[in-house]
Amino acid sequence: MKVRHLIDSCDLTVKEVEELIKLANKIMDNPNKYNTCCKNKILATLFFEPSTRTRLSFEAAMHRLGGSVLGFADGASSSGAKGESVSDTVKTVSCYTDIIAMRHPKEGSAFVAAEVSNVPFINGGDGGHYHPTQTLTDLLTIYNVKNKFEDFVIGFCGDLKFGRTVHSLVKAMARYKNISFIFISPVELVIPDYLKKDVLEKNNIKYYESTNLEKEISKLDILYMTRVQKERFFNESDYIRLKDTYILNQEKLKNAKEDLCIMHPLPRVNEISREVDSDSRAAYFKQAKYGVYIRMALIMKLLEIEEKVC
Amino acid sequence: MLRVTSIAKGIVIDHIPAGEGIKIFNFLELDKVNYRVALLINVPSKKMKCKDIVKIENEINMNLDILSVLNENITINIIENEKIIKKYSPKIPQEIEGVIKCKNPRCITSVETKLKNKYILINEETKEYRCQYCEEVIKLTSL
Ligand SMILES: [Zn+2]
Repeated sequence: MKVRHLIDSCDLTVKEVEELIKLANKIMDNPNKYNTCCKNKILATLFFEPSTRTRLSFEAAMHRLGGSVLGFADGASSSGAKGESVSDTVKTVSCYTDIIAMRHPKEGSAFVAAEVSNVPFINGGDGGHYHPTQTLTDLLTIYNVKNKFEDFVIGFCGDLKFGRTVHSLVKAMARYKNISFIFISPVELVIPDYLKKDVLEKNNIKYYESTNLEKEISKLDILYMTRVQKERFFNESDYIRLKDTYILNQEKLKNAKEDLCIMHPLPRVNEISREVDSDSRAAYFKQAKYGVYIRMALIMKLLEIEEKVC
Repeated sequence: MLRVTSIAKGIVIDHIPAGEGIKIFNFLELDKVNYRVALLINVPSKKMKCKDIVKIENEINMNLDILSVLNENITINIIENEKIIKKYSPKIPQEIEGVIKCKNPRCITSVETKLKNKYILINEETKEYRCQYCEEVIKLTSL
């Protein structure tokens, strides 16, 4: 793998993504074989804003590789709040550790960090911008459920305007053959223009927009749900009118394909009703498990640890 | 007609669309300098009917190509020994470093002000630039 730093999942080629997925699955099949791979290596988790799920996933990944972890979980109580810049923090921490994962509320902070880091750097989310390990997790989920990356109709449902996981996954999936998209959202929360123009239309990828999940669900191979947040609406009545339209339940699943793959970046609030959890098509809890394995694979690749050595 | 003496050494920014001269004056922060500066507005012009001119009796340590966002027909004259030694129109710059602040409130440059702002041209026709950090796209149609 050529990259030393990971800012956006599209920094990885299709082939590199494939390599990571292959390795993640090997680790999953035989975790004991890899449990000392990162012995004597240290991962720093620099979380300038709290995100327990992402941080624990990184830390679990490093521990399972036999490495250790240091860092902070909430930037408000550490260097950031004392006025130290991202670049100074990262420069310093890269003297102490072998690899860094960082989360920061501001967009472009990962670019700043990668510029100065002397060790491999992983973006654990920079504001509303990129979150590549989430996208890699989504890709691993799709691959493991479907055994391929081609020939899908993919539906995205919910907040498509602000949902960065949606934007990243659209870009990532647009690189595969015979993919089309259906974007299902209230008009207030439609997918941004730049994605339509620069990613989809430019590459002749079929897509259309809809406001009706029930109407579209039978066409989908993959359904990626996101939350419709109340704060995104101008007035409460619009929110109340719309919120149930975008909640997935058994009733709406009636006409869905037998092998539909239902995904969600988690945490969920109420956009997927609990009754769906036991449906064999629900893949969202698998996603959480896959998140650790893809991060293990990523850490190994970025540290250039050969599988043989393990 | 109002007369302003010619300058021996410096820059004359000519053919500025009428009304835009003050923007250049403010953009270059000429109100803060200690050398002679003249801002002429509504000067009769054969080519443009009416134009603004900025005369600066000093060197300017800045790439003036950025002025092309106002108008590409602006003329920049470099004066030495009372003679024009160079005359050119500003060209749309491929990169803009430092002079423009990112307006995205979620951009890292909004909190880390020591970072040098950098914009990269993505569409020459529409004058659209992308922030190197947050990738927010801006249309540069005024300064
Ligand atoms: Zn920016």
